[in-house]
Amino acid sequence: MGPFISPFSNLLCMLLGISFTLWVTLLLVFIIVPAIFGLSFGIRGLYMKTLLKVFKWATVRMERGAKEKNHLLYKPYSLNSIIAKEPTSLEDELKEIRRNGSSRELDGSASAATGPSPSSSEFEMSDTFYFCRRGIESIVDDEVTKCFSAEELESWNLLTRSNYNFQHISTRLTVLWGFGVIIRYGFLLPLRLTLAITGISLLVVFTTIIGLLPNGRLKNFLSETVHLMCYRICVRALTAIITYHHSENKPKNGGICVANHTSPIDVIILASDGCYAMVGQIHGGLMGLIQRSMVKACPHIWFERLEVKDRHLVAKRLSDHVKDKSKLPILIFPEGTCINNTSVMMFKKGSFEIGSTVYPVAIKYDPRFGDAFWNSSKFGMVNYLLRMMSSWAIVCSVWYLPPMSRQEDEDAVQFANRVKGAIARQGGLVDLLWDGGLKRGKVKDAFKEEQQKIYSKILVGTQADRSRS
Amino acid sequence: MGSRASSLLREEDIEEIKKETGFSHSQITRLYSRFHSLDKGENGALSREDFQRIPELAINPLGDRIINAFFPEGEDQVNFRGFMRTLAHFRPVEDNEKNKVLTPGEPLNSRTNKLLFAFRLYDLDRDDKISRDELLQVLRMMVGVNISDEQLGSIADRTIQEADTNGDMCISFNEFTKVLEKVDVEQKMSIRFLH
Repeated sequence: MGPFISPFSNLLCMLLGISFTLWVTLLLVFIIVPAIFGLSFGIRGLYMKTLLKVFKWATVRMERGAKEKNHLLYKPYSLNSIIAKEPTSLEDELKEIRRNGSSRELDGSASAATGPSPSSSEFEMSDTFYFCRRGIESIVDDEVTKCFSAEELESWNLLTRSNYNFQHISTRLTVLWGFGVIIRYGFLLPLRLTLAITGISLLVVFTTIIGLLPNGRLKNFLSETVHLMCYRICVRALTAIITYHHSENKPKNGGICVANHTSPIDVIILASDGCYAMVGQIHGGLMGLIQRSMVKACPHIWFERLEVKDRHLVAKRLSDHVKDKSKLPILIFPEGTCINNTSVMMFKKGSFEIGSTVYPVAIKYDPRFGDAFWNSSKFGMVNYLLRMMSSWAIVCSVWYLPPMSRQEDEDAVQFANRVKGAIARQGGLVDLLWDGGLKRGKVKDAFKEEQQKIYSKILVGTQADRSRS
Repeated sequence: MGSRASSLLREEDIEEIKKETGFSHSQITRLYSRFHSLDKGENGALSREDFQRIPELAINPLGDRIINAFFPEGEDQVNFRGFMRTLAHFRPVEDNEKNKVLTPGEPLNSRTNKLLFAFRLYDLDRDDKISRDELLQVLRMMVGVNISDEQLGSIADRTIQEADTNGDMCISFNEFTKVLEKVDVEQKMSIRFLH
């Protein structure tokens, strides 16, 4: 006898089948097809405006509730400084100490033998005060450590991860938050996961197929189309709402595109608007699979782990690629690590030594909808992607800056700093000289030695005076 | 996660710290969030490594001595109370008129206590005297390798000679205070805390 299928389970199967078909059709029509052609229905813009209104209401509600209950609302310290730092330098301060009557005037009569004049700068016991105060100032507030943790928001965006005041302020707010959780995890997350899987599988499959074609114009054209299409699907998988500015400055073949780095998503954001040759280390697993299939369709630059340490090899491969005008522009993130999008840290000079045109790009995320910063010491990649896909949206602006070339009188480091300054200005980010490597490593002793040198000069300079007199 | 930072600090604790240090309520909560962000191990206390992770402090020639000042004798963890107590030394002095500090004895940011803080930077073994060796150590930290031992030695000798009044070739706290009589300690050893 065959299996007994009840009419109820038959109905269930039918319902599941219908809803699945409906789901896929909606997906196809509203998301995948526009992605292929680069069109948009404007749904995401509307979504963004609605969310903003809701967040504003939530913040007002929280402030009101806090006032009623007489709690003090926590103000994020990174937004308003705790202290006002004195801008004086070491030299100025020490000169001031010596000018305003050093202790030697007291003993003027006693130390008649040496008889130094009040203006000579000898060691004062109060010299330590300057270093002491600067040290304490840096403990209370410093430029660097806050670059490596997520930016704090002024208004709450209904995500627990960015809330510092979460006490039960009002029922309505909690209900709204609960509603938000259901929408994000119940509806948006599965939708986005489906899209992501679709996008990645299409990428892998199509690029492998295209790899079988002979090299030529057709292959390049198809490869570009496929890359763009799959990246656009991935963009929708993150509900990323991107505004591109100055597209006339888009990078051209034979150039190098440099941008500030906040998260791995930067790549997807830039690559969905133009075709680039990626640079990076070959990974294993899924990432490695994607990398290997991508390189079949068009030349990307992937390095083995050992090759990454060899700077000459890296430079040679990059410059070979750049010389070939038929190859796509290279995409590089010179900071070397993810920074939290409030500042731009030191650019490594390697990509600026190659000698081709540099196309700077500034990327600035709007943290109100979801913080894109990848704090790699706190979260692994999978955890990070899940957080991205369960945020409201990723909203960012991309500015293509005019191309820059190295001038005769500047070296690679100065050129790198010039480009960094331009990117920081455009994106409204703080321009820092510190190395992004400080996220994991210790600071170089050379900086301490500089300070010691300056101080020594102030002391020793007087020895020369005294020996003369 | 940093999201619960302010909720871990109870109102009673804030009041006690306010009385002891003279910081305002909002200053204490913000310094608490700073404390929390430095505390990578998230165990409610800072270790020396947590301080050394601050690049600007790591390149300060006196960085290690300043970090030392936070840790009480023989311990290598400092909790938030200890952190605030040390920072309180750097509150500007005028603020005392505005918020009445209710502890008995001198407030932590009085001129004497500021000088004591600076004195302890030199006096590593806490014997209330700055010996020639201790002075040399601090000098060496501040000049690095740029000055020879002999020159440094003569600078140290000269300093002790001028400060020492009782002839024991060491600088006591009173002698230290006398030497710095004319220096505007209140301004040089204060940080402008906002609200």
